[in-house]
Amino acid sequence: MVGLGHSRGRGKGYMSFSIEAVGIGKGENLPPSILQPTPLFPPVEHKPVPLVMGEEGEYMLALKQEFRGNMKNLPFYVRPAISKKDVERYSDKYQNSEPSDNTIEWNPDRGSWFSLMIGFCPFLSVTDTSLSTRVDKEEIIHNLEVGITLEEEVTSDEEEGEKKKQEEEQQDGEDEYDEEEETDYIMSYFDNGEEFGGDSDDNMDEAVY
Amino acid sequence: MTAQEVRLCGLLLQEHFGEVVERIGTHLLRGGAQNLRTIANETNTPLDLHGACDFGSGRRGPGSPVEYRASCERVLRVLRYPRYIYTAKTLYGDTGELIVEEVLQRGHMTMSNTVKTVADRLTHNMEEGRSMEYSEVVSAFSKLVETHFLQRCPPVAEMGTAATSTTPATPSTPAAPASTAPPTAESNPDCYKLPHVTLIGRGKRRRSSDDSEEQRGGKKAKMDSESCGDEGIYWLVNFERFHQHFRDQAIISAVASKLDQTSSEIVRTMLRMSEVTTTQTAAYTQPLSANEIFRSLPPNYSISRPILDQYLSLLVDDPMEFVGKSGDSGGGMYVVNLQRALANLARATLESVVQERFGSRSARIFRLLLRKRHLEQKQVEDFAMIPAKEAKDMLYTLLSENLVQLQEIPKTPDHAPSRTFYLYTVNQLPTARLLLQHCYKTVANLIERRLFETKENKRLLEKSQRIEAILASLQASGAEPEQLTEVEEMITAPERQQLEALRHHINKLDSTENQVDETVFLLESYIFSTKTK
Repeated sequence: MVGLGHSRGRGKGYMSFSIEAVGIGKGENLPPSILQPTPLFPPVEHKPVPLVMGEEGEYMLALKQEFRGNMKNLPFYVRPAISKKDVERYSDKYQNSEPSDNTIEWNPDRGSWFSLMIGFCPFLSVTDTSLSTRVDKEEIIHNLEVGITLEEEVTSDEEEGEKKKQEEEQQDGEDEYDEEEETDYIMSYFDNGEEFGGDSDDNMDEAVY
Repeated sequence: MTAQEVRLCGLLLQEHFGEVVERIGTHLLRGGAQNLRTIANETNTPLDLHGACDFGSGRRGPGSPVEYRASCERVLRVLRYPRYIYTAKTLYGDTGELIVEEVLQRGHMTMSNTVKTVADRLTHNMEEGRSMEYSEVVSAFSKLVETHFLQRCPPVAEMGTAATSTTPATPSTPAAPASTAPPTAESNPDCYKLPHVTLIGRGKRRRSSDDSEEQRGGKKAKMDSESCGDEGIYWLVNFERFHQHFRDQAIISAVASKLDQTSSEIVRTMLRMSEVTTTQTAAYTQPLSANEIFRSLPPNYSISRPILDQYLSLLVDDPMEFVGKSGDSGGGMYVVNLQRALANLARATLESVVQERFGSRSARIFRLLLRKRHLEQKQVEDFAMIPAKEAKDMLYTLLSENLVQLQEIPKTPDHAPSRTFYLYTVNQLPTARLLLQHCYKTVANLIERRLFETKENKRLLEKSQRIEAILASLQASGAEPEQLTEVEEMITAPERQQLEALRHHINKLDSTENQVDETVFLLESYIFSTKTK
């Protein structure tokens, strides 16, 4: 309150405005001052009105829950690529983790692709983020293959496009031999033996020692 | 974009589109329009995923150079989807309901796509041997378009000029600098024109055991989509039209509860007649003569002409001011005061909120201040007929909640407190905005609580889902009842109770969200109607 703690002894509780005007009478008990922040769940004096739950309400409730469930199955629901690792393995660096399903299954119609690709034009000029991981490269290759017509028409970014195409070919042709990450081992070095023993009865012509 | 709105939008995006979209969306909402690179760098998402959410939500528009924008308002509409779908059901039956649901789920769809999907869904729910004709679905679709509930998307070319148009396919429009606002659907002259497409066929029933038929059907569907002539014509749900409908419904039910059924029928007739002539933001409808109203009344409401006149004068004299008289020609020209009606509805909402939270005496003070504008402390006590101490207490409670404001009127130029009037006042518009923000916060809290409850009982929910799946597969492969009961008993009785309680809580939270959304709609409409002056 104004001036309450700073009165210069001119009589108790001298304030710069007359208290009567605001409505506090003389000698009245004021409510105690607040010493701590208000509780997080203050007690409610008046209970809230109960919900209106008629047939309409229940139907809308069912609609809402169904809608939410359906949205989760649509391609618009993007799930982040969560890699659950119990222990970090050195071989993870050289193994392809599957790209998330959404980017592969999702095939919008031609008209929507057009509007999307317009948004993607500047995307082709970005080099830093897209070249960082192999996982991204897989997805970019997929997108590039699908939008290959648009890519051909972008002349200003031809240089980058060519560089990427070269890397594509390199990757496709020399699948096993990994030069980019600077190792001397072929891909099968990094197999951790989980796929072993799958195909046993294929080739019985060769002698088994 | 207030903090509460952004928080609610984030939660809605997370529920419907996943966490990635939520991160990007919140970032865009907070920061305004940005281009792709900034978004990707700041939210650490790979660029191609961004494209997925950008298209799917359908609510961002490219600016120049290719900036992405998120619209808070558009995200908040998601809360109202069940209401839209239910309204379509009441107006156009199951077919209409499914059409609107499909278009809402996909953002935008071509007509042929919608018709096929809806026909398949309806066929799926029908009995064996019957299937849904495409023509019925097409007729429902065209009815929705005629009454403007569905409208075309603005053409892609307009959006494309904003980007560096390297593709020669983009037609060059004369507007060289791209407009900062994305083109609205209304600016397209063909907004409500149906494409000339003949769709002949029936819905296909999908059988899980008939794989070969599905494959054949799938190939056939692909061929069909190529032969339909409406590529590139996408349809959106016209939210404004739905809002107009909700507003009309609110006015009619208010009249019905204040006066009687017949007066509400008269108002309904008046609103129906002015559906096409009234613009979105009009303060009142076009004047209608009493003769016209008399002719357009529904046939089962046969009231005589003098009684209609009496009802109309009753409506005009009513303090709620829903209907006004604007002239005397043609037996009296009457208008529906839309803006006034919305303001009154919002005022009634505010009053009822104060009543439920603080009691009827505080509500009395609040109503008093609304009507008398500015009152001194003493006057409040006198007019409200409440003892001084309690009146003071209530006033201070309302003041601390910001529902009531204090206005100083100085008598002397030096604003000496002893010589200043302190008047209490209520401003309806800022109070409505405050309550709207409270509503957003409420809905966000409800969603969070629901997510929390689901997370707490995740283990139990997963277990029950697994057991249901096992039961379903057992039943499909024809198991004996003993096996089924054995599987059912895998869930113990207390767990069953817990599941029941959980389901009950979640349903309650969900339906509360729907109800709060009704209040949100009223307050939003009121605030919007005052903005456009």
